[in-house]
Amino acid sequence: MISMLPPAAIFIVGAFLVPFFKGRVKSAYLLILPGVAFINLLNIPEGTHWVVRFLEYSITFGKVDKLSMAFGYIFILITFIANLYALYVKDNGQHVAALLYAGSAIGAVFAGDMLALFVFWEIMAVTATYLIWASRTKASYGAGFRYLLVHIFGGLCFLAGVILLVSNTGSIEFGYIGLNGLASYLIFLGFGINAAFPVLHAWLPDAYPEATVTGAVFLSAFTTKTAVYVLARAYPGADILIWIGAAMAVFPMFYALIENDLRKVLSYGLISQLGFMVVGVGIGTGLSLNGTVAHAFSGILYMALLFMSMGAVLHQTGKINATDLGGLYKTMPLTAIFCVIGAASISAFPFFSGFVSKSMIVSASGYEGLAALWLVLIFASAGVLHYSGIRIPYSAFFGRDSGIRTKEAPFNMLLAMGIAAFLSVFIGVFPGALYSILPFPVDYVPYTAAHVIDQLQLLLFSALAFTLLMLSRVYPAEIRAVNLDTDWFYRKGAGVLMWLVGNPMAKVGAAINRAAFETVPTSLGWASKNPQAALKIAWDTVLLQFGSQERRAEIAERIKREKEIYPGDIVKHWPIGTTVLWVTLFLFAYLLVYYLS
Amino acid sequence: MSGQNNKHTLDMSKNLKRLLYGFYAILVLLIVVDLFIPKHPHFSWEKYPSFYGAYGFFACVGLVLAAKYLLRKVVMREEDYYD
Repeated sequence: MISMLPPAAIFIVGAFLVPFFKGRVKSAYLLILPGVAFINLLNIPEGTHWVVRFLEYSITFGKVDKLSMAFGYIFILITFIANLYALYVKDNGQHVAALLYAGSAIGAVFAGDMLALFVFWEIMAVTATYLIWASRTKASYGAGFRYLLVHIFGGLCFLAGVILLVSNTGSIEFGYIGLNGLASYLIFLGFGINAAFPVLHAWLPDAYPEATVTGAVFLSAFTTKTAVYVLARAYPGADILIWIGAAMAVFPMFYALIENDLRKVLSYGLISQLGFMVVGVGIGTGLSLNGTVAHAFSGILYMALLFMSMGAVLHQTGKINATDLGGLYKTMPLTAIFCVIGAASISAFPFFSGFVSKSMIVSASGYEGLAALWLVLIFASAGVLHYSGIRIPYSAFFGRDSGIRTKEAPFNMLLAMGIAAFLSVFIGVFPGALYSILPFPVDYVPYTAAHVIDQLQLLLFSALAFTLLMLSRVYPAEIRAVNLDTDWFYRKGAGVLMWLVGNPMAKVGAAINRAAFETVPTSLGWASKNPQAALKIAWDTVLLQFGSQERRAEIAERIKREKEIYPGDIVKHWPIGTTVLWVTLFLFAYLLVYYLS
Repeated sequence: MSGQNNKHTLDMSKNLKRLLYGFYAILVLLIVVDLFIPKHPHFSWEKYPSFYGAYGFFACVGLVLAAKYLLRKVVMREEDYYD
């Protein structure tokens, strides 16, 4: 046992102490806590630590290797930046939820077994939901509920897979799983929901734009990147991930171009970037897995930076729709600069972080000779310039002047954005630092003349397409609208389900209820008063249907009389001896059955 | 383009024009430089001069047109659709 604390413990325990601090002390506490966690992490040696016996299983809170460490570093770093950005928030609940969320993401990354992973996975779902609800708008309540339901479904798929797997293998250790058999597919599906696989992705652009200004920054970092981590751990080299990732990289771009809410544009952009990471896991070579980790690292930084800049716009103006914004560079110049740095990083301009990380995945597809995949990834690399690289800064800060005159974002927000922007440039200029923490030895040179010129051509000719389409007024206008996505199936489907439950099913239910609790018991009660007479009445009722004309009148008369005197006297009293005989016979029959079977 | 406030140079179409000419000049420069750079391609088409520029341009035109004329036709609804 080592003297350090489990990586997740500092944030999770620390979260509960937040309400005891006030004012500047609280601010200092929120900034020092990630520092303590970082120093703690630096001192944890590789290996397996904090193994606890639970029933007949070993729970591991510290599976420490280069893969988990890389995610640990960036998770703590982004918690510091996001906490700094969120210092102005008075609501302690949000600080507590954010720290628990970050802590459980770290816990999931260092979990060495599937039970601990599952528990952290579920804490993430609940605390993330709180960060969405904390907006306290009607839209955020709805989106939060949908988020929670989708993630609970995903968690249950994961749990079902784990139970099947454990009953087959007897081990709950979390490591390579690979796709074979129902259990592995269930776990894959659970991970896939958090990784926003196509069709399963709609929770992300549904929920993130409704989260609080600061909540969205945390959300953009943890859930999806934890999913990338577990995929890299459990399913490296699974071919299907190549095509899932390729689809993820491409289809959100179309949505990102037509969405009006700029945080929704970023949400779709986030999925597209995740697509590259998923492709990297699917290719499964050392270079591609390094690329996945590197791109997760730089992606967390620039995505948070973009969400912070749009959050600052929302915070200062109360508006986030492209139709309402424009020309803000005049009053928010620093935010505009940081946003442009984020946009350059996600677009992978040379000397920005995306350039040194995304290219590893694209090159890996080239080395493997996957031509179609390579063309798809280059397409997504060009398209990102439109929806994120140009559209985000252009709609908010440049373009048509909306006439909004506001103030620059508060100092803590600017500082947080500044740090993220600095790191995005730093990684782009000095990729060696990032490459040194990747899981496999790096033998990759991003800065060759050909690579720089190719990438500049790709991006600047994409920008030319934007320029010409804009000047010729072909570029799609910003429109206030809802764009349907796969959440349509459960948002509208839920209405159909509620109608089915409320109308036809409710009627059937009421009929069953009446039969089981009224009609049948009363009839039985009535019949049991005098079974013999009741049987006679029943038999006469049957006869009534089949008799001739004059017989019917007679039978009807008889039934009327029988009903009048019912139950009357029970005509015949059986002697006790007969009853005993019957009982004896039944016991004998029972004995025979028991003996013979 | 209001052009009323001289402090904010991006509003002025004269400066915008200069910016565009500068941009086009960079594009031409990239096409020229591309001819003299030693390439290390994975695929045969990467050897064509300015492949990346052409691909980026046409891919993005296609992307924008598809989003505008196909996706919007299929998925766009009134803003209160879900309310």
